[in-house]
Amino acid sequence: MSFISYFINGVSLGSVYAIIALGYTMVYGIAKMLNFAHGDVIMIGAYVVLTCVSTAGLHPALAVLIGIVACTVFGIVIERVAYRPLRNAASPLAVLITAIGVSYLLQNIALLIFGSNTKSFPEIIKLPSLSLAGGKLTITGTTILTIVACLVIMAGLMAFINKTKAGQAMLAVSEDKGAAQLMGINVNGTIALTFAIGSALAALAGVLLCSTYPSLTPYTGSMPGIKAFVAAVFGGIGSIPGALIGGILLGVIEILGKAYISSQLADAIVFAVLIVVLLVKPTGILGKNIQEKV
Amino acid sequence: MNVMWKKMKKTTKSNMITFGMVILAYAVIQAMVMTGNISSLFKGLLVPVCTYVILAISLNLVVGILGELSLGHAGFMCVGAFASAFFSKCMQGVIASDGLRFFLALLIGAAAAGIFGILIGIPVLRLKGDYLAIVTLAFGEIIKNVINVMFIGKDANGFHFSTKDVISLNMEPDGVVLVNGPQGITGTPKDSTFTIGVILILITLIIIINLVNSRSGRAIMAIRDNRIAAESIGINITKYKLMAFSISAAMAGCAGVLYAHNLSSLTATPKNFGYNMSIMILVFVVLGGIGNIRGSIIAAVILTLLPELLRGLSDYRMLIYAIVLIVMMLFNWAPKAIEWREKYLGRLKHRKKTTKEA
Repeated sequence: MSFISYFINGVSLGSVYAIIALGYTMVYGIAKMLNFAHGDVIMIGAYVVLTCVSTAGLHPALAVLIGIVACTVFGIVIERVAYRPLRNAASPLAVLITAIGVSYLLQNIALLIFGSNTKSFPEIIKLPSLSLAGGKLTITGTTILTIVACLVIMAGLMAFINKTKAGQAMLAVSEDKGAAQLMGINVNGTIALTFAIGSALAALAGVLLCSTYPSLTPYTGSMPGIKAFVAAVFGGIGSIPGALIGGILLGVIEILGKAYISSQLADAIVFAVLIVVLLVKPTGILGKNIQEKV
Repeated sequence: MNVMWKKMKKTTKSNMITFGMVILAYAVIQAMVMTGNISSLFKGLLVPVCTYVILAISLNLVVGILGELSLGHAGFMCVGAFASAFFSKCMQGVIASDGLRFFLALLIGAAAAGIFGILIGIPVLRLKGDYLAIVTLAFGEIIKNVINVMFIGKDANGFHFSTKDVISLNMEPDGVVLVNGPQGITGTPKDSTFTIGVILILITLIIIINLVNSRSGRAIMAIRDNRIAAESIGINITKYKLMAFSISAAMAGCAGVLYAHNLSSLTATPKNFGYNMSIMILVFVVLGGIGNIRGSIIAAVILTLLPELLRGLSDYRMLIYAIVLIVMMLFNWAPKAIEWREKYLGRLKHRKKTTKEA
């Protein structure tokens, strides 16, 4: 029984990773950059929701909505101010280092506003637990909601990309920016839209993550952010179903590693998985092989 | 003398300025220490400054000369620090001369970090750009995690090793715990001095400058500028990348030795060997100018001393670092900023030239 409960917890954590990984994978697919600050947008979203619920006393649903809007705005502003000017820079390192700077900036802004003390995240998801097998196996409402939310988001996003014009524009830009522009697609707008969607998802992920692990510090987002990137690489970067598979696999590996091997080495195991994946199949599970042309 | 200076090549001149700057700074500070014109706070910062300078120079080799972003530099420093502290702890009392022991510790720290650099470099350097950055970051975190679960003790029967806790080492009652998991290594001899730090900086500089101006250095820079073109003229990419990466790792290991022997207790926390440390070194390199060795030295010194001297700003220190990082990148690399700079600053330069000629 304990194995099944660990497994379900792993799937739940993996669902959060998958939602975060979506943000990475979409931005990477379109802008060809690793948005290091994505993990910190999660943290910002969680803080906004926390403030709305605890200080302003708003209804949790409204608070989550405000969190999503705030993160979306953050995402668009970051893209406009820090990333867009560097899009055609000579060195690919430039935008990567800037992204690290933005990540650091967000962490330190949160540190100045909210302090370094751990804040406990309020219980905003109030769902009954599910009891199975005569009470031997209990699944909390948060766990179920997290998994369901992940699946719904995934399905919605797939529909958005395949069925709408804006989604098709995203695909076009990710394949060839120049050609997309010639076809009359607003490239800058499409990239901004990608950042907006990714950041909105980050806010949701922040709420789900902090509902499961209710301690919030300015550094809460950075580790899950990096692990979600690992998940995106694992599943094949640029691929949306890949993010789902990679995220859930990584969550299960982490929780089982924590339970059966060593709780201190769980992070090391996750990173070791990344290294093995990159060495054996650098394009990830669902990634496409792109040949380099001279 | 004047004639000689004029005859010298431009690179030689620039290198001379770098060496002269370090030696002059050393002489001034040493004079201040001798005459007692220096606060204890400042004195305590001298060895850390040397550590950061070496780290910045060595990271610049990877970021500036090789053109790859490594975010695991603190991991190599960690390896060097722990390997050498472990050695010093074992050899305390065995090797009588402190100087010899520290010298051996330095070699061991550098070698350990260098070997890790090669081991990590072989798989990792097949990747590039973002992937390389994230994998080096992962390696840094793995090293830190693994050290935090290591327990090593020594008694009459020899060494005992465990990954659980001190009790499971199964030692005789007279055994000594050398590495105590999250508590790290305590009681490392304090061998690091400012003079040794400066000597190490000079050695690092000599190695890097000679490397950059050698055939190998030019090969490394060719790979940075165009990997495919470099490969097509027969440059062995893996070999040269690995060379730069492992030399840089060994130097970071040296900095780790200096760091470890300046503290009485050495622990691997996110603060000193984590991702944040790697980022801080990167800030030094970016602020000093990517690929500019002298710039790295100056940036490391200023950014270490300034926040300590302006204590009131300490809350905003990291915030300022972050903004500096973003603004520097935008100013130096954004195509629009470059255009703007050429338009306005270029005009200024041009005007200066014409006035000089007149």
